[in-house]
Amino acid sequence: MKPAAFDYVAPRTLPETLEALADTERDVRVLAGGQSLILEMHLHRIRPDLVVDINGVAGLDRLSLDDGTVTVGALVRHGFFDSPQAVPGPLGRLCSLAAGNIAHPPIRARGTMAGSLAWAHPASEWCGVALALDAAVEVRSAGGTREIAARDYFRGPLRTARARDELITSVRLPLLSDDTGVGFVEHRRTHFCFAQVAVAAALTMRDGVIEEARIGLVNCADRPVRAHAAEQALVGVEPGSTGTGLRLPDGHPFARAGRIAAEQDAAPLPEPYADLEYRRNAIAVLVGRTLRQALADHREHNGATGEHP
Amino acid sequence: MKIILTVNGERHALDVEPRRVLADVLREDCRLTGTHLGCEQGVCGSCTVLVDGEAVRACLMLAVQCDGRSVRTVEGLSAPDGEPHPLQRAFSAEHALQCGFCTAGFLMVAVGALEADPTIADDPERMDGLVESNLCRCTGYEPIRRAIMRAAAEYASHARL
Repeated sequence: MKPAAFDYVAPRTLPETLEALADTERDVRVLAGGQSLILEMHLHRIRPDLVVDINGVAGLDRLSLDDGTVTVGALVRHGFFDSPQAVPGPLGRLCSLAAGNIAHPPIRARGTMAGSLAWAHPASEWCGVALALDAAVEVRSAGGTREIAARDYFRGPLRTARARDELITSVRLPLLSDDTGVGFVEHRRTHFCFAQVAVAAALTMRDGVIEEARIGLVNCADRPVRAHAAEQALVGVEPGSTGTGLRLPDGHPFARAGRIAAEQDAAPLPEPYADLEYRRNAIAVLVGRTLRQALADHREHNGATGEHP
Repeated sequence: MKIILTVNGERHALDVEPRRVLADVLREDCRLTGTHLGCEQGVCGSCTVLVDGEAVRACLMLAVQCDGRSVRTVEGLSAPDGEPHPLQRAFSAEHALQCGFCTAGFLMVAVGALEADPTIADDPERMDGLVESNLCRCTGYEPIRRAIMRAAAEYASHARL
């Protein structure tokens, strides 16, 4: 199908954009990358009255670093994060791993991180990363600016704490310390499919012991989920060797954390080709794999400290 | 809404509805039917064109978003005298097409990548990402990969000259 008719404005400044969004009588949608919005308009699942194209708004395409925080402007595309050097340290590696799972290069050339958070699809890679890292979403309306913590932001499938007249101007992510290892693993049928399950993890290590664990679960509930119980089970653990086979040894702390995440943190919904048992198993396996990847990433970037043969 | 599109170097002054996507305007208003529409959901990549040098899905971009910008389609690949582009020659030599429906999209995604960075052919992982970008139901992708590598080698030898 073709999109239904709508009005279109392409403001050049933020005040003009916010003025257009203030029209809450009508269905007003922000067009940034458009890789979900225009698709949904093709399918007539969204029929906006007004589309506000923010691509010409000055200043939204910047990424800035200050005080241990990366501020990602609303027009920074997925493809920007393809290179692990785009952002310093382990955060850059995590963003690069996550971005590589988002569709294909031509889609990544258009779609944006802020747009993914605005859309808030349960299978969105960025939403899982944002939740795992305690990101903040900066929204602005004609009435002012506020910052929403990721843990308060996601309200359900495609539902967020953003009000209709608010524009996401940036997403703030904390830089990760050098003693942090990161992992991102996704399971899906083909590269273009949405994630059946994906996991983002960051492990901060001291002397071979896990000091802090952060785990974000993608498509493991009706919204992105932080695996608090699994994280707790990892603190103070010395992961040692993860074995050589594809499977983690059953008694390994990462395998245990995976089972805890699947049983206690996730709230998966059955899908036609993935019933609950399958999904819980997939979550447990993927959490284990992601933790293993994060540990390997830590060891690769911090010499062999903490390695136990 | 009145827009100016520069397509393959030619200026088009058009009056289009905002709801029309770039691919439809290229095909129907500019009469450039080399750009094909397959899934119209951004998956298949048949409609891939370059906008300001960057490969994008022309089904997921509104024509009004391209006002004042420069678009390159498959019709803009060959030289003015009709001499095929190195990629087109490579696709022919490697049998990288059969029915041809996906070919324009593959050519454009490849030309965008090679012009941005010809060394992509040396990196198997990035080549995977590139070849996976679009769907082809005839060739099994290997001939397409070989064709892109072949054209990349030609780009590299030109760069040395």
